[in-house]
Amino acid sequence: MAKELNVPVYEVGKNPNVRAKVSTPRPELQKQASKVVTLEEAIRKTGLKDGMTISFHHHFRGGDKVVNLVVDKLAEMGFKNLHLAASSLADVHRPLIEHIKNGVITKISTSGMRGALADAVSRGLMETPVNFRSHGGRALAIKKGELHIDVAFLGASSCDPLGNASGYSRSENAKSICGSLGYAMVDAQFADKVVILTDDLVTYPNTPNAISERNVDYVVEVESVGDPSKISSGAIRDTKNPRDILLAQTAAKVVINSGYFEDGFSIQTGSGGASLAVTKFIREKMIEKGIKAKFALGGITSHMVKMHEEGLIEKLLDVQSFDMVAAESLKNNRFHKQVCANEYASAEELGSAIHWLDMVILSALEVDVNFNVNVLVGSDGIIRGAIGGHPDTAAASALSIVVCPMLRGRIPCVVDEVTTYITPGDGVDVIVTDFGVAVNPRRPEIAERLKAAGLNIVDITYLRDKAKSIIGEPAALPFGDKVVGVVYNRDGSVLDVIKNIDDTNV
Amino acid sequence: MMFVPGNNPSMMQDAYIYGPDSIMLDLEDSVTMAEKDAARVLVHNALKTIDYGKTEMVVRINPLSSPYGKKDVEAVVSAGVDVIRMPKTETAEEVKELEAEIIRVEEKLGCVGRTQIMAAIESALGVVNAYAIATASKRMMGIALGAEDYTASLKTPRTPEGTELLLARETIVVAARAAGINCFDTVFSNLNDMDAFRREVEAIKALGFDGKSIINPRQIEVVNEVFAPKAKDIEKAKLILAAIKEAEQKGSGVVSLNGKMVDKPVVMRAQHTIELALASGIITEEEL
Repeated sequence: MAKELNVPVYEVGKNPNVRAKVSTPRPELQKQASKVVTLEEAIRKTGLKDGMTISFHHHFRGGDKVVNLVVDKLAEMGFKNLHLAASSLADVHRPLIEHIKNGVITKISTSGMRGALADAVSRGLMETPVNFRSHGGRALAIKKGELHIDVAFLGASSCDPLGNASGYSRSENAKSICGSLGYAMVDAQFADKVVILTDDLVTYPNTPNAISERNVDYVVEVESVGDPSKISSGAIRDTKNPRDILLAQTAAKVVINSGYFEDGFSIQTGSGGASLAVTKFIREKMIEKGIKAKFALGGITSHMVKMHEEGLIEKLLDVQSFDMVAAESLKNNRFHKQVCANEYASAEELGSAIHWLDMVILSALEVDVNFNVNVLVGSDGIIRGAIGGHPDTAAASALSIVVCPMLRGRIPCVVDEVTTYITPGDGVDVIVTDFGVAVNPRRPEIAERLKAAGLNIVDITYLRDKAKSIIGEPAALPFGDKVVGVVYNRDGSVLDVIKNIDDTNV
Repeated sequence: MMFVPGNNPSMMQDAYIYGPDSIMLDLEDSVTMAEKDAARVLVHNALKTIDYGKTEMVVRINPLSSPYGKKDVEAVVSAGVDVIRMPKTETAEEVKELEAEIIRVEEKLGCVGRTQIMAAIESALGVVNAYAIATASKRMMGIALGAEDYTASLKTPRTPEGTELLLARETIVVAARAAGINCFDTVFSNLNDMDAFRREVEAIKALGFDGKSIINPRQIEVVNEVFAPKAKDIEKAKLILAAIKEAEQKGSGVVSLNGKMVDKPVVMRAQHTIELALASGIITEEEL
């Protein structure tokens, strides 16, 4: 019969594709699981070759130890010409400068860069320009294969020997907690090979988890994946800076009078001083008006958690936990869910949460008279930030509010043209400054509502002129001819390029 | 009235964005001896070049008895300051001396009568002479309490309850009211205790002060909240003012509302409420 139907027949326990029944005690069996290997073994077993793409996440922020640990090992093993694709990079990654000079890393893709590495890149360290993508843009590029990852090295706060990985831990040995692993979830899903690095190897099953063993090839136990004091702060303190408070109060008034501040609204805010303070003012108004939010999205903060626990925000959709309180909440609160970067901000998935977002409060390094925003390159031409979810949320939300002082010291933040295009102005609706609020002419109804509420609505050119009247016209930046960075739009098209800074003669 | 050190350009440049009623640029205690000249030049240029909008601009000068006082007057009057705040005022003669100095500069500029005076009362002698000081010049727009120096002159420490300030506060309010000018309370310097600050503002409002001196923009909201008239008081005041208009149209000297006669003090309080409501932006001229 089997012969006639042309299906293979195995004796019981002999099908090579089905794991045989074994009677070894479970903890013993897990220790023997073939996935747990040393870092060097993992690298060899993945079949990594020169010229391939390796990826990392940035959930350990300034405390990350994974990137440096892995790249040091790759250099030691003699790899060359690798493409490093991180969800973002921080100042802690300055050792990459040497690896770039030695040819270990020859290409970088990231959302942002800060500190010495960013400084060196801005001055022309690399032959190949760095590719900058937003969080949503990166997730989409990975899914579509435009950014193909050969091997993902993903740090996890806890992981079992089979590869079930999480950004928090329920064990007593928990060392480096980061909360959501939202950005890493995309890499785990689409990379050819996935290596989890953890400093807390727990027993199976490590659930609930961000990354399932189904997507994991190897697990490496390391001394430490991150420095807890630099991964996230405890409870973030409220800002006492009067300018931040003024900006936050004004932004809160915009939110409250925008027409979207109704029962069941949804909101996303950043982690800066002004953004956090906005949350505080909105909370007071929600209590006063007796309304609740359906969900808060994106980077989740202790302020959001507090409102969730008070019943003011029904659900938290967390792609990145900004502080310890948020990380703990993810572990303990049932309706605090981690979302992967595609679920969060993909431009081509209607199901991504940004498409259901009412309001987002964002920051900026510069805005220009056409409402374009720059969050990546400083007014001195040096890379000093990250795109993050800025263009994704601005474009998809019903109302995007950018909060930015008109001046930072002697630097104007409202200019004729941004140094680098990051978020196109057609998605930016309101710009809140300490000298007035500018509303995009595309949204006259918003301007009307805010005016009626007594807000100081000004033309964006008034802010530019006011800034100029105070500090004058800044000198042109000494850009060279070398392209050091390419900025991709959230749909994968090229939006802008960053030229090198040549200030040797300045 | 927000105090801003006269040697801090970044704070002077945009202190008005926080919306204080007035800004006091300080040339006195917050500026060290070594920086007196630089601060004077800075304040002069700030007044001349920065558009402070509707904010009333006050400068606290050094005492005329010091080597800096007269130069300060010249610099700020020529820059068009609204009010000169005179520190440590103890007698009416000192006010007259300042007035003479102001007139001298104004005559040179051809703008006599432009500059007003505010006197800070900061000693036991100043409190005793409060009424004489308040009436020493027709340029006098208000008197203010300076509590640190005052308590030092009393040889007593300051307490959170402010018992030691009670007489001075009451005296200053009474003197100001008798002279028909404004009175302002001293600063509250613990920025970390906003609840205590609010209690103090409520207490001095109850005593009759017109305003509070502040040292940080974070204090503005509390002062505005405490001093802003309540909605029901505004409504009542509006009705009373409407009744006055009606009486005027009828040619009647007696104002009555809901069949009851309205006394003069009630009318005055209603007018004050409306002025405050206008000043704090709760109502606009058109609404009246």
